[in-house]
Amino acid sequence: MTDAKRIAVLGVGMHPWGKWGRNFVEYGVVAARAALADAGVEWTQVDLVAGADTIRNGYPGFIAGATFAQALGFTGARVSSSYAACASGAQAIANARAQILAGLSEVALVVGADTTPKGFFAPVGGNRTDDPDWLRFHLLGATNPTYFGLYARRRMERFGSTSEDFAQVKVKNARHGAANPNARYRKEVTIEEVLASPMVADPLHLQEICATSDGGAALILSSVAFAKAHGIQPLVTIDAVSTVTPVYPNTTIEMPNFATDSSATVALPPRSFRESITAAVYEEAGIGPEDLSMAEVYDLSTALELDWYEDLGLCGEGEAEQLLRSGATTIGGRIPVNPSGGLGSFGEAIPAQAIAQVVEAVLQLREQATGRQIANANVAITANQGLFGHGSSVLIRR
Amino acid sequence: MNGTAAVEGFFDPEAQALLGSRCTGCGTYAFPAKQGLCPNPRCQSETHDVVPLSRRGKVWSYTSASYQPPPPYVPTDPFVPFAIVAVELEAEGLVVLGQAIASVGAEELSVGMEMEVVTDVLFTDDDGPKLVWKFQPVEATR
Repeated sequence: MTDAKRIAVLGVGMHPWGKWGRNFVEYGVVAARAALADAGVEWTQVDLVAGADTIRNGYPGFIAGATFAQALGFTGARVSSSYAACASGAQAIANARAQILAGLSEVALVVGADTTPKGFFAPVGGNRTDDPDWLRFHLLGATNPTYFGLYARRRMERFGSTSEDFAQVKVKNARHGAANPNARYRKEVTIEEVLASPMVADPLHLQEICATSDGGAALILSSVAFAKAHGIQPLVTIDAVSTVTPVYPNTTIEMPNFATDSSATVALPPRSFRESITAAVYEEAGIGPEDLSMAEVYDLSTALELDWYEDLGLCGEGEAEQLLRSGATTIGGRIPVNPSGGLGSFGEAIPAQAIAQVVEAVLQLREQATGRQIANANVAITANQGLFGHGSSVLIRR
Repeated sequence: MNGTAAVEGFFDPEAQALLGSRCTGCGTYAFPAKQGLCPNPRCQSETHDVVPLSRRGKVWSYTSASYQPPPPYVPTDPFVPFAIVAVELEAEGLVVLGQAIASVGAEELSVGMEMEVVTDVLFTDDDGPKLVWKFQPVEATR
């Protein structure tokens, strides 16, 4: 790939995930300063701050780019703030990438952080009868795990998946995450323990559904020319970013909707939404699933990680359980998935999460993932999906 | 059934039917009913007929709300877990969500089971019962 389409990752940083209960700005500043130190770049050299927003922390969260820029000390750098549900971090990356590739930015900081309430994510307050996110809680009691449960049960019906298969995803990711100092949960679990945890959304148990966490993640990005001029070694690049929307009619029931689109009169698109997210990044990077060394995917639930194996093309439809059982997606296997420990070990800090996926990919490609290192990793993909037609995928290469 | 709809325009409590829309241009359906521009990007119509949707359909998938959902859900006291069903309406090409009636838990459901829409009480406040649509198994096919 020519340097005209790729950008360099100079540095990565995180604030550990947990339930710290402090101001989200603090986590973002820690992550940003860690990324700057990792990059060997001064804060005053950053000419663009691309923030990923949080909607649960008031006005400072809605303008996260400016909030972090001010917290680090206003320098006159340009700013952008993105909200795209779970894909917020990837949209911030996409903003920075576009400006770097256009020659409008030389060194950009991408940063996202969140402080989350205990328990289920709830909609924004008020009496908002025209907001589907408010209405689904009010009329149905449908939480996010409701949708995860529907997908999981559907998977069981279509492919004969078992509760043990789903629990095995958690066992794998807990093993990976146990070695990650930034993970919130760092304890190995057994299938029996997972299945003994309380049922939340049949057939999914508490340990199979990602928690809500506090955390922060940051990247320092630049043009490849800048990275080469500054002797960055090894050179890790972002070769493609996908932030596509669904194509009508989307026949999967998506959060926070009451219904699918109608398949009665309009022809179906060639790919499902999740498939289209990763297809766009493969096409942009000019590679395929056979070229991957690893993947970080959005395991909002254990069962959803299996859906992603198929949507990424790691195996055929209905073959994900077999791929999991073969050990291929465990570190040491052919195509490790969620070597970071995934959402199962982190819990979700929404605006930081898509950035954290890229952080893990960069650490793996640089062979700095102590205790969970994948051998000879050179191509990594991330994938996620969130509410209201948002999803993202990022392709990272060494 | 006494009471008023918990939300206007989603269903007809008397007819026990969901209310969707059908685009006057391309004929595509939507639930809840669409207003304004058709969701089909290749259709420029801005008018939709409000239509009652099929009262019966088959279970596409189902799950349980085993933990009490947060507000604005109005829970029973004490909270009683319930099932949520995704039902496929063949004629409209839609999969729609609804609670199962209180007596039907997730363990009694299966994919492909035939269900029908009924009007039921969502919660009761100072103004009386608030009504919502729910799904119940079609007895004859059980």
